[in-house]
Amino acid sequence: MSVERGGLRLRALKLWIPLGAFMVFTLFPFYWMAVTSIKPNSELYNRKIMPMIVYHPTLKHYVDLLTETNFLVWTWNTFLVAVVSTAISLVFGTMLAYPLARMKFAGSALISFAVAATYLVPQPLLFIPLADIINQLHLGDTLTSVMLTYPTLLVPFCAWLLMGYFRSVPVELEDAARIDGATRLQTIFKVFLPLCVPGFISAGIFAFTLSQNEFLYALIFLTQTDVRTVPVGAIAELVKGDVFYWGQLMAAALLGSVPVAVIYSFFVEHYVAGLTAGAVKQ
Amino acid sequence: MFSWLMVGPPILFLCALVGYPFLYGILLSLEDRPVAHAGTFVGLANFVADAHDPVFWRVTINTFVYTFFATILKMIGGLGLALVMNQDFRAKNLIRALMLLPFIVPTVLSTIAWMWMLDPGFSVINWLLRYFGLANPGPSWLGSPILAMISLIIVNVWRGLPFYGITLLAGLPTSSPDLSEAATIDGAGTWHRFIYVTLPLLKPVIFIVTMFSIIFTFADFQLVYVLTRGGPANATHLFATYAFDIAMGGGQLGMGASVALAMLPPLALIIIAMSIYMKPNKS
Repeated sequence: MSVERGGLRLRALKLWIPLGAFMVFTLFPFYWMAVTSIKPNSELYNRKIMPMIVYHPTLKHYVDLLTETNFLVWTWNTFLVAVVSTAISLVFGTMLAYPLARMKFAGSALISFAVAATYLVPQPLLFIPLADIINQLHLGDTLTSVMLTYPTLLVPFCAWLLMGYFRSVPVELEDAARIDGATRLQTIFKVFLPLCVPGFISAGIFAFTLSQNEFLYALIFLTQTDVRTVPVGAIAELVKGDVFYWGQLMAAALLGSVPVAVIYSFFVEHYVAGLTAGAVKQ
Repeated sequence: MFSWLMVGPPILFLCALVGYPFLYGILLSLEDRPVAHAGTFVGLANFVADAHDPVFWRVTINTFVYTFFATILKMIGGLGLALVMNQDFRAKNLIRALMLLPFIVPTVLSTIAWMWMLDPGFSVINWLLRYFGLANPGPSWLGSPILAMISLIIVNVWRGLPFYGITLLAGLPTSSPDLSEAATIDGAGTWHRFIYVTLPLLKPVIFIVTMFSIIFTFADFQLVYVLTRGGPANATHLFATYAFDIAMGGGQLGMGASVALAMLPPLALIIIAMSIYMKPNKS
């Protein structure tokens, strides 16, 4: 009996207490987002009452957000841009990854080095010249500007992740198809690519969440309300001067996070596989 | 031939939108270039001006302090999280999925929540401090230079820790059970086992994740832009936000580009080292 209790205590000490602390730290901001978004202003700005719970929940902030701002337009823009950028990135990523994974050719080492280096170049190194280039191309305030630039962040990553995945697919299947008389393109489309669907899902989920997350290019290129994405719209239009509409801001933060969170929840395993592929698959 | 036909289009795309802007940025940094005007070549004058700008040096120190402390804390916290999660418990997959939320959710949106948590008038953290009698009325988190930097570091750690933890966790189970069992039989204590068995096995993973983290913390923009805009009194400006202010706020593209390029030397070292290390022909 006492042994068991000692074991329980040890388990609490080694597992539940630290895990609980991590979870509170990680999840409290989301709880706070949700609670704030359904509080009436009379509770939001009342320092006398206990703030952890809601006394009179209201959906007013959500209604205001959806009717008085362009939130739905921003959501649609964000989604459209993410889908297009992800599609471009997967196609280009595959075009880079397949030859690098499957064929030996002059310059392949240089290309894989360049892809890795491009992957690691952070945006702040490029945003000023890019802003000027986008201006000169008259692409400012168009969704095209971000659809063109987001893939620059995503293609190297997708290529790199897919390269690892492609290598894990046995080459014998393709050899067999070639011997049976299939052309190289037929082999790729009918034999190879269907085997790589999990790799595409991993890369796609990653690219999709990264596009939803992007802020700097969107902030600079998109200055009109009808082309903005959710993060830029929320920062630029829900904060008016020094006045913060906290209820609406939290509603926007929560609603803006939902699409990513839902898609992520369907593909957690793929996402984690993608996340760890870079570091672990050495 | 076929290979080049395939890699050609994406390579051209990356050259046009990464390679060319990169070179164009170097050219801009050598020009006096107000926005919407033609530039004039000024050689290294922008960099000389940076070197005489006290704010530039403040920004340099800020960036290194921010990167150093955020990375160390993420490393220690992430390692802790990985070790805690590496035990068997119920609903492990669900908890792992929840833990990754800060990393998934768009940074700007979660940072807005943090801004509200750190609000000078209605901070819930200060409410807790008052409730437990630790402080009254509680500090102004984003109002004083040191506290603002600490707040930024905490939010950065909050966002980046799951990435560390889950990546290290993925490195753990494949490696440790047999080895640490053997070590236990040989009489090694928990601490020794951790230092001599677990840590060396994790070393390559820790290296990669840390390099990633350094690069993207060093070049961080979003957190600072949302939480402090570099204030109070430039105490939290990083290279990226300062370059943004000069180029987009002040319209001085040349000066802005020179500040952004100041990030390049330390980043280049890391990027080249990592690109060589990541060369994927090892399997």
